[in-house]
Amino acid sequence: MILLSEDLHFARRYLREEALPSTFCAGCGLGTIANCFLKAANELGYNDLRQFVFCSGIGCSAWIPSPHFRADTIHTTHGRSLTVALGLRLVRPDLKVVVFGGDGDLTAIGLNHLVQSSRRNLDLTVIMANNMIYGQTGGQVAPTTPLGVKTSTTPFGSYEYPLDVSRLVAACGASYVARWTTYHAPQLKEAIKKALPKEGFSFVEAVTQCPSIFGRRIGKDEGVEMLQWFRENAIPISKAKDMQEQELADKIIVGEFVNVEKPGLLRKIRASKGEREVD
Amino acid sequence: MPAVGGTFIQMEDEIASMGAVIGASWGGVKSMTATSGPGFSLMQENIGLAIMTETPCVVVDVQRVGPSTGQATKCAQGDIMQTRWGTHGDHEIIALAPNSVQEMFTLTVKAFNLSEEYRTPVILLSDEIVSHLRERIDVPGEVELVDRKEILHPPFFSSGNESPKGMPPLGKGLAVSVTGSTHDSAGIRATTSPEIHRKLVEGLAYKIQLDRDKITDFEATGMEENNIGVISFGCTSRAVYDAIELVAAKGIRVAHLRLRTIWPFPEKAVCQLADLVHRILIPEMNLGQLSLEVQRVVPDRTRVIPFNKIGGGIAFTPAEIASAIAGNLEK
Repeated sequence: MILLSEDLHFARRYLREEALPSTFCAGCGLGTIANCFLKAANELGYNDLRQFVFCSGIGCSAWIPSPHFRADTIHTTHGRSLTVALGLRLVRPDLKVVVFGGDGDLTAIGLNHLVQSSRRNLDLTVIMANNMIYGQTGGQVAPTTPLGVKTSTTPFGSYEYPLDVSRLVAACGASYVARWTTYHAPQLKEAIKKALPKEGFSFVEAVTQCPSIFGRRIGKDEGVEMLQWFRENAIPISKAKDMQEQELADKIIVGEFVNVEKPGLLRKIRASKGEREVD
Repeated sequence: MPAVGGTFIQMEDEIASMGAVIGASWGGVKSMTATSGPGFSLMQENIGLAIMTETPCVVVDVQRVGPSTGQATKCAQGDIMQTRWGTHGDHEIIALAPNSVQEMFTLTVKAFNLSEEYRTPVILLSDEIVSHLRERIDVPGEVELVDRKEILHPPFFSSGNESPKGMPPLGKGLAVSVTGSTHDSAGIRATTSPEIHRKLVEGLAYKIQLDRDKITDFEATGMEENNIGVISFGCTSRAVYDAIELVAAKGIRVAHLRLRTIWPFPEKAVCQLADLVHRILIPEMNLGQLSLEVQRVVPDRTRVIPFNKIGGGIAFTPAEIASAIAGNLEK
């Protein structure tokens, strides 16, 4: 049964009732990210999601749109959401394409496509939930896992340097890059609001808590404890500029990394066909 | 492509190409990609996604020597079984094998039509020799095309004997759920139900199996009671034509079945041939992949004679095949 009353939470109109209650674990941050996205869409004036197509790969974050959003969704193979999204975007400039993915999906198996999509300045928005581990598959080390963290595949602590994904995407040429955490929900929502209408590739990294799989490995098995950790360790990008690398170890740099006006791939393709560039 | 209103993009790898083809198809256009053996291997996971999500698309595989890098740019016919079983799980596939430039044209059109009709990826299984040929072709003034049909109400996906005759469009408020996970006919994921999974996977198979005779296409010559039959496809069939003329001079008549459809396998035609002849010679540029399939379907597998040649991209000569025909008459 679909209830649409004024008393309901604003997000209900964007959600598939049959997908509720969500299967996300207690204390998971993905609900916060879904909430921020829907709030951003709502504030941008989208009364429903019919103009959107959501593409996702494999992992918990892929489940934010599919099955939760009442929208067209394409749930693809692991790491390949961006490739399917690109094919769709090229032939349907009328649609807004948004990719949801986790750090494992987008920066391990799918990293090449993330790099190439940023380089192409492909016209779509990526929301990357970074929980610093493979949560859904049992807590294996990810390219984003901080040094020293014990995971199921690094029982003596991770010995690999983690990837700074937002800095990488910025270096590859995206139009918009921002990183916030689920503690910074209002800022996260504002970043998504800026990302969605942006021409070119817009990337929002949401550092998020996975208390069940990651948190318990660092002694914080409650969502709230992890949010406190984010609050205490987040450094605004403006402040980080004047800090030494050693001081920034274990910190989460938050804020806008890139916000520029730059022609996206669609405009570049139109121009290459000899069509007049429209400003 | 832009000149005819199309879009082309060179992706970073074949995994990405296959993904983009799937995305474009869901965008409502006809889409294709082309590769050779190694790239075809990379595409296999997303070909499975296209099968599972019932996404029409065409993949051209120009067969070359493998495994691995093998002998790059050299001809082979070793992707018969990769085409059939390259992606994991139970599934059917449609694969067409051209043997001329003209058929590269006609079978590409046919591949698109079949992909729309059955909502499935179709493989155009060419080989290096056919794909590097230069021949005159006739382009007909009008080409019969199967266009995308939109369906606006579920069922959107196959289940059991029911397969939708069309595809739900995106961007029209239908909230279409497309997923590579097991799903019901409305597209809603059902990853624990054995019943929904069985119905989906059987449905994906039935829609092709039930139309096997309609889909399969072949050229049959000399189909009368004979001592020997030959089954061929792709570049090898061109040498068979000449070999048949060579042995005809010695009074040997050959029943020749040249397959344009490799998958689904033309079982009926192969069995009809087996009823007519004592022996079936199968020349192919691999170690016997098609022979294996013929042996599977004919009543007496000992009458199937594999004739294999691999490496260097060196095709069969008509004389080699003629001598194999002559040499296997009395065994």
